[in-house]
Amino acid sequence: MEKYTYDAIVIGSGISGGMAAKELTEKGLKTIMLERGRNIEHIKDYVNANKAPWEYEHRGGKTQQMLADYPVLGRDYTLNETNLDYWVNEKDSPYVEVKPFDWFRGYHVGGRSLMWGRQSYRLSDYDFEANAKDGIAVDWPIRYKDLAPWYSHAEKFAGISGNRDGLPQLPDGDYMPPMEMNIVEKDVAARIKKHYKDRHMVIGRTANITKPHNNRVNCQYRNKCWLGCPFGAYFSTQSATLPAAVATGNLTLRPFSIVTRILYDKDTKRAKGVEILDAETNKTYEYYAKVIFLNASALNSAWVLMNSATDVWPGGLGSSSGELGHNVMDHHFRAGAHGEMPGYEDKYVYGRRANGIYVPRFRNLFGDKRDYIRGFGYQGSAGREGWSREIPEMSIGGEFKDALSEPGNWTMGLTGFGETLPYHDNRISLDKTKKDKWGLPVLAMDVSIRDNEQKMRVDMMQDAKEMLEIAGLQNVKTYNNGYNPGGGIHEMGTARMGRDPKTSVLNQYNQVWDAPNVYVTDGAAMTSAACQNPSLTYMALTARAVDHAVSELKKQNV
Amino acid sequence: MNRRDALARVALLMGGAVIGADYFLTGCSPASSDKDKAQTKDGNSASNFKALDTKQQAYLDEVGDTILPATKTPGAKAARVGSFMAVMVRDSYKPADQEIFTKGLSQLEEASQKLNGKGFMESTPAQRTALLTALDTEQKNYAKTKTPEQPNHYFRMIKELTLLGYFTSEVGATQALRYLPVPGKYVGDYPYKKGDRAWATT
Repeated sequence: MEKYTYDAIVIGSGISGGMAAKELTEKGLKTIMLERGRNIEHIKDYVNANKAPWEYEHRGGKTQQMLADYPVLGRDYTLNETNLDYWVNEKDSPYVEVKPFDWFRGYHVGGRSLMWGRQSYRLSDYDFEANAKDGIAVDWPIRYKDLAPWYSHAEKFAGISGNRDGLPQLPDGDYMPPMEMNIVEKDVAARIKKHYKDRHMVIGRTANITKPHNNRVNCQYRNKCWLGCPFGAYFSTQSATLPAAVATGNLTLRPFSIVTRILYDKDTKRAKGVEILDAETNKTYEYYAKVIFLNASALNSAWVLMNSATDVWPGGLGSSSGELGHNVMDHHFRAGAHGEMPGYEDKYVYGRRANGIYVPRFRNLFGDKRDYIRGFGYQGSAGREGWSREIPEMSIGGEFKDALSEPGNWTMGLTGFGETLPYHDNRISLDKTKKDKWGLPVLAMDVSIRDNEQKMRVDMMQDAKEMLEIAGLQNVKTYNNGYNPGGGIHEMGTARMGRDPKTSVLNQYNQVWDAPNVYVTDGAAMTSAACQNPSLTYMALTARAVDHAVSELKKQNV
Repeated sequence: MNRRDALARVALLMGGAVIGADYFLTGCSPASSDKDKAQTKDGNSASNFKALDTKQQAYLDEVGDTILPATKTPGAKAARVGSFMAVMVRDSYKPADQEIFTKGLSQLEEASQKLNGKGFMESTPAQRTALLTALDTEQKNYAKTKTPEQPNHYFRMIKELTLLGYFTSEVGATQALRYLPVPGKYVGDYPYKKGDRAWATT
């Protein structure tokens, strides 16, 4: 058995792992970042980034073989010909669905930072205080003021473009210049503002840079982000945190390293390192460090903890609270409305904006009271229809072709992203009867949305319809395309932060109560879900936790 | 396509859900295997499917070129939609739809004989247009009452694949439409006048 020693170990290389590695190495710690999958090198390995649509055999679509190979991925837009290699091999890495659960994973350097949606919003005290006010689950151990400077820190480094809209439920950050709304969106936003006191439509705040930043080129409006950006225009591990960490000379990156457990020392009550399985050779190695950052993504971070220190706690490291693997959250979505905007025939857009509009939460705020708690935000955009539209009065022929070669009517759609409450019995557990390609037990998902979310979905449809109609859209139709937990790709809550080791897995600095030199700073840490896209919050929590870890190391407290 | 596009777009082609392995996000529940069985005699017809040969592809080029003929821009034949259809039917269609499509070629030929007294390839452009216009009316009428469980109409498949194959081809995207590999900027209020071509999307 080979042994290696570092100052710090980071498990996982996605959005939060990459941020942990950057912060740790910049503070002088010799750090190894362990990634279970292959390496994807910035630009060089973005094999499809410059392909034209016609260069794909199936023009980017799905095949029956792909559907057979990726039954989970095939449930949504995620399965496609253009970036298939970025999604996990489902045969190698299965999981059990006690109830339907969509788990869209990326097992490679960069993780889902390569494919993420890039929407970057701060949480506010309406969110941090929510559990305490509603008397559900446990209170967040932090408030907005604790995280605000770290949001700034993350935003300035990542490069978030956005407008400072001055809304209390969506605090403003340190932004690059915002992207532009198109003419229809601008008019819709103005009409919404005029009609409603507390509803606003703003330009999306996105991790696409709008001016050059840290050797990265500003967004070129190709809207091909999820192929990997050859300009480095969106925040990913590859474009941003990894090069910064490498530049310090303190980083070792080890792909094909599946962390099987954290090595826990009963005498010191600290973790002393990790055991990994080399995904290519199946050999086992141990790595040692003073501090460990666990950033394997919400569900897999819980998996690592469940497999660790089982001689002390049968349920794994962090299970003494009874909350490890519980309180699984996501954002429920796929409900909203869309309609047609008459007029604007002399208007069009130039370029493909990798961003849309955002309607921050308005329900159950500012005196509003519904028959459910919390709320939702909307994402959407307006645009002119393309060649795939129906022209009922036309059949075939030259006129038909020429008509389809021109843009159609303006349409606009809104999709709600709703907060899911933390239910103790929404849980994941180890299924030891089923093994993955490496003989490791897999996760079983037992998660469902409840009455609160179902009631919210009615508003997600009706409110969108009402707002679009007030803004002048016609033929507005609502839709509810159904939702499986996990489908929002915002998994959270499986090792929540709290104020009491009896009811939470992590403390206010993301330290595992039972092993204070282990920090968990991905979605697992979330005490409530809010309704904003969560990745920016993971970045901020991570930078804050690293600052704490390094100062504790200096004081020899961890 | 990114998630926002996928969510904002009701993924329809010609006003209906795309046939086969959905090309866009449909937002509908995935087709069950039961549905396949209902449409397929033996449930194992994948092995019976014979890929479309070059002659059939040439035939489909001509059919496609009648649906989308050359105007001021090239037609579907120039975009080689016949070979594209062969790939999509082979790889993206379910067995039941493969069977419908293959049979559909004979049905189209029979309909040509019936209407024009000769095969499609032997017909004049005007005869071809008359035939396919009639078939399009037929498929549109069928679509009005068709339930998801009922078999798809072969001409709808041909028309759909012609549109898809043409507008995503190099010819279609760069000549019928305008393709910008690297726009470099976004302008949200850009002038448009009737006749300007639409942008090809990613």
